[in-house]
Amino acid sequence: MGRKLLTEHINVEGIDTLEGYRKHGGYRSVEKALKTMTPDEVVEEVKKSGLRGRGGAGFPTGMKWSFLAKPEGVPRYLVCNADESEPGTFKDRQLMSKLPHLLIEGMITSSYALGANTSYIYIRGELLYVLRILEKAIAEAYAAGFLGKNILGSGYDLDLHVHPGGGAYICGEETALLESLEGKRGNPRNKPPFPAVQGLYARPTVVNNVESIAAVPVIVNEGGDEYAKIGIGRSTGTKLISACGHLNKPGIYEIELGLPVEEFIYSDEYCGGIWKGRDLKAVVAGGSSVPILPKELILKTAAGENRLMTYESLSDGGFVTGTMLGSGGFIAMDETTCIVRNTWNFSRFYHHESCGQCSPCREGTGWMEKVLHRLEHGHGHMEDIDLLVSVAKQIEGNTICPLGEAAAWPVAAAVRHFRHEFEWHVTHAKEAAQPGAVYRAGAVLV
Amino acid sequence: METTAVKPQFSEAAKAEIERICKQYPAERRKSAMLPVLHIAQAEFGGWVSPEVQDLVAEVLGVKPIEVYEVSSFYTMFNLKPVGKHVLEICRTGPCMLRGSDELTAHLERITGAKVGGPASADGLFTLKEVECLAACGFAPIVQVREKYYEQLDTPEAVDAMLTELRNQVHRPALPWEENGLPNALARN
Repeated sequence: MGRKLLTEHINVEGIDTLEGYRKHGGYRSVEKALKTMTPDEVVEEVKKSGLRGRGGAGFPTGMKWSFLAKPEGVPRYLVCNADESEPGTFKDRQLMSKLPHLLIEGMITSSYALGANTSYIYIRGELLYVLRILEKAIAEAYAAGFLGKNILGSGYDLDLHVHPGGGAYICGEETALLESLEGKRGNPRNKPPFPAVQGLYARPTVVNNVESIAAVPVIVNEGGDEYAKIGIGRSTGTKLISACGHLNKPGIYEIELGLPVEEFIYSDEYCGGIWKGRDLKAVVAGGSSVPILPKELILKTAAGENRLMTYESLSDGGFVTGTMLGSGGFIAMDETTCIVRNTWNFSRFYHHESCGQCSPCREGTGWMEKVLHRLEHGHGHMEDIDLLVSVAKQIEGNTICPLGEAAAWPVAAAVRHFRHEFEWHVTHAKEAAQPGAVYRAGAVLV
Repeated sequence: METTAVKPQFSEAAKAEIERICKQYPAERRKSAMLPVLHIAQAEFGGWVSPEVQDLVAEVLGVKPIEVYEVSSFYTMFNLKPVGKHVLEICRTGPCMLRGSDELTAHLERITGAKVGGPASADGLFTLKEVECLAACGFAPIVQVREKYYEQLDTPEAVDAMLTELRNQVHRPALPWEENGLPNALARN
């Protein structure tokens, strides 16, 4: 049984109220940080913890904090990225709706560390009901003196606001998010300048994922070194995994990094195996944009070692035989899943969500969707398969933001590992176009 | 249905909420309230934002109308055409598809008579809209109606329960700043 640093009390009744949250040790990190630590000491603990950005990129949070420019007399901002939109990922929604005060506590302690006096939580617009929950909890925190002027008599002031998006995946990209927070279209900005120098309102800004900020209280309470004892190597601490697809027990699981993938999928403590007694076919381990892996490669690396839930183990083998931990959006597909159809679905998503600024992404995502659509519907040609790979390659690295890669990687990986299935869609076009048809080792399963 | 002959006005409760929201940003950055104010506008004016309503948003925020149009057309949550009483936003992305969202969409089209992307059902009750990932993949398939998520809609019974609940709603649920009741303008919905 792994330790649960964030979610131990998530199902306790009344934990969403300030009183209930405080009963279980809530807001201790605010008292400890504001009364006994300097801001730099808090940053130091986060650095020591080895915490890596939980939104997908995995960049060390403490290092990101240390890049924040601090010109005299210029306000700086902390913005929480709660624009959770990566298909397969739903951890932040659960965390915020059930444990709103954990995020608020993390925002206060983190804002103190960064010297921000105004902070924002940018939440995706679809989650307006969670915004209501957060606003209620924020009002409680103001009333209890954890927000506002002179917090706990420390002389530190902080205002915290929640801001809704309007429905746009791209706003999860941090500069698109800042544009959106300024009331504009969510077009990612050219970098440099990075947000740490010119972010919100052209002021120095740190943007962190919900789960990263929610980890700060435990790091401050127990110390960065203690936190770093959990996990393996550079994958420290715990991670929330959103498990979905064809699993017996989909849901949110907080795991200690280092858990074997096989145990996560099949053990009753976690996902409880594949539904309907079926066999596992493939997994997308870190949200829709990371490479898909067939069963053999998600359970074991190419070298035959057990694949572990860590940043390093999941990426072992690079993109040839590996993938990424990403956001922890873990999508399992059983043997009846059509990989071509699923890849088309993801391509449609990226085409729909491209902001349209960069030609390679705007046009390329549309091409990939069209080609995949005709393959899936029985009008494809053999050349289409290499055409897909070629388009994916020409998007990659040629766009302002990583949506280009996010759109290209799943297509390239699906062809890499399941080329026979794409070919079957051409050689058996009529059968493949039947609703529910799936290639399975030469036999059609309808 | 919203008529466009009379210039729309926000209710007093909405005006107060808009001013509360605008105070969250620096005084010279009132435009930051664009998305929250568009959400309020959509709730106030029958589930969509007409050009006249968008002009009102521009006026309230002190920006040019084009600054509102370019935002309302970029974000998928804002309906730019009239909608039925309830907009059913059906998630169609991978994880929901794996758990039956295609079947759910077909089922909803059959029983409501509306088509995805088309006009509202003949009784004016339901508009069907396909959307991308709603971040609730572990509870798929999902439909969102205003601020509520209906989850695990993988049985006819679950779908029926949702539709019955919606059919029984005389007005949309009140929002937090509407504690004194819904604005009069909504009574016609």
